[in-house]
Amino acid sequence: MNEFKMPSLGADMESGTVYNWMVKPGDAVKRGDIVAEVETAKGVIEIEVFEDGIVHKILVEEGSDVPVGTVLALIQTEEDEAEAAVEAVVEPVMAVAEAAAEHHPMDHRPLVSAQKTNGVAPKAGERLRVSPRARKRAADLGVDLTLVTGTGRGGAITADDVEQFMARQKAETPRITPLARRLAADLGVDIHKIQGTGPQGAICKADIEKAADRPKDVAEPPKAEVKKAAEPPKAVKKEKPRVGSPDMMRQAIALAMARANRDIPHYYLETQINMQAAMAWLEAENMRRSLRERLLPAVILIKAVAKALSEVPELNGFWREDSLELQESIHIGFAIALRQGGLVTPAIHNADLLTVDEIMEKLRDLIVRTRAGRLRGSELTDATVTLTSLGDLGVEKVYGVIYPPQIALVGLGKIMERPWAENGMLGVRPMMSATVAGDHRASDGLVGARFLEALNRHLQEVDKL
Amino acid sequence: MIGKQIFNRDELKRLIFELLADIAPEADFDTLGLDEDIRLDLDIDSFDFLNFLIGLNEATGVDIPEADYGQLVTTNDICDYILARMP
Repeated sequence: MNEFKMPSLGADMESGTVYNWMVKPGDAVKRGDIVAEVETAKGVIEIEVFEDGIVHKILVEEGSDVPVGTVLALIQTEEDEAEAAVEAVVEPVMAVAEAAAEHHPMDHRPLVSAQKTNGVAPKAGERLRVSPRARKRAADLGVDLTLVTGTGRGGAITADDVEQFMARQKAETPRITPLARRLAADLGVDIHKIQGTGPQGAICKADIEKAADRPKDVAEPPKAEVKKAAEPPKAVKKEKPRVGSPDMMRQAIALAMARANRDIPHYYLETQINMQAAMAWLEAENMRRSLRERLLPAVILIKAVAKALSEVPELNGFWREDSLELQESIHIGFAIALRQGGLVTPAIHNADLLTVDEIMEKLRDLIVRTRAGRLRGSELTDATVTLTSLGDLGVEKVYGVIYPPQIALVGLGKIMERPWAENGMLGVRPMMSATVAGDHRASDGLVGARFLEALNRHLQEVDKL
Repeated sequence: MIGKQIFNRDELKRLIFELLADIAPEADFDTLGLDEDIRLDLDIDSFDFLNFLIGLNEATGVDIPEADYGQLVTTNDICDYILARMP
């Protein structure tokens, strides 16, 4: 049995609130599946699971704020399953008896039965009577067979039962925009009682606001037993500063940066990079591209930084427990400012291996999800270096604070026209200041200097990036 | 060029504000002057600006080469630019 714990989504995180479980006991999960949403100072983060298995038990309820490292759920992995299969052979009689008491589908089930409720291949000690077609259909549609009432012979579930269950569930799950869903949860509005006015009758934000103004309806009889994991409107849970609010984020950043300044002996280096060749290449490239395909200068910068790091890997890694852990993969944490204040640095994984178009696509996706507060846990935790580019502001250079446990931060300023002497001639060129902040425990200025030299070289040959 | 709809100046203004509202939901367009720098005023970065232009292009069918970005500073600028190139 594996423990699924509240992850640390950065040096500045001490606890997190389980905002939403995307799975329930008995669900099969694959490595990389998003199983929960956790609310942190950085907004709602989607948390992935790191092994294949079956959700055995959920230990922390939605709405609970727990410290990093708290076990949130138990995941039954394949090794467990092998053991369980042996047990299952011994226990078929018990399992059948249990099937008779099939009434509380949301309940946590013991290990043996949990495995068989997933529409996966039938196992010894089969408990539900399900036709093969129904099983396949359920697996395709993601229907939990334990929730379906069978109408076939001996109460067996047929493919029709599965279809009908799905149709019913659809009818009971109102169409609702994500924003409205969140607002409804915050305001404690029951979305089942609202008539949507959006496209195709979808419930939108205005509907929720209107409903929240109205006095609460007299308590209705409880809804039918069919509940979708994401559905039950949650009551307002917190009185403390709203998690993900600018205040919370400010505090979190302050904490991490104070620690960085206290613990990390920073050194700084700076150089001026002539961006003429890079900008000319970008201009020519964008000229032949449609608006949608155009590249932003940030993309070239990310790629150049990644390539320079692959040459000077001494800046790519972590300082943990008094020792240096250099990383082979280059995951660039790209600082993205949020409109409401604060910033988030989600990782662009393996940036050195991506093409500029792939980086642009990735960046677009990350910016959109960062601003919508829909990042994944891994994106917040595994950046091996941070890049902050202040290109959009009129700021010439930036001396950054390293984000622990990383060991370097690259800062790029605005590209602006400057006098520049070259080959004995003075001319005007688009120039960019590049700084690197290094951790002196991990490297020396020479390493930083080699990095800046490599960065400059790559930016003079962007066509080869 | 695929003209989707013919816009007059007022409609265009409304379209611009709608697109900007998606990017800067907190902005108050009643107080935004038509001759103010929208990027500066609404704190719009290059990524947001690119998205704004994509939206403008998709609604009006007017292509906007990168070299012309500098001509699109205020709401009035943008109206002038688009109206002059409307199919």
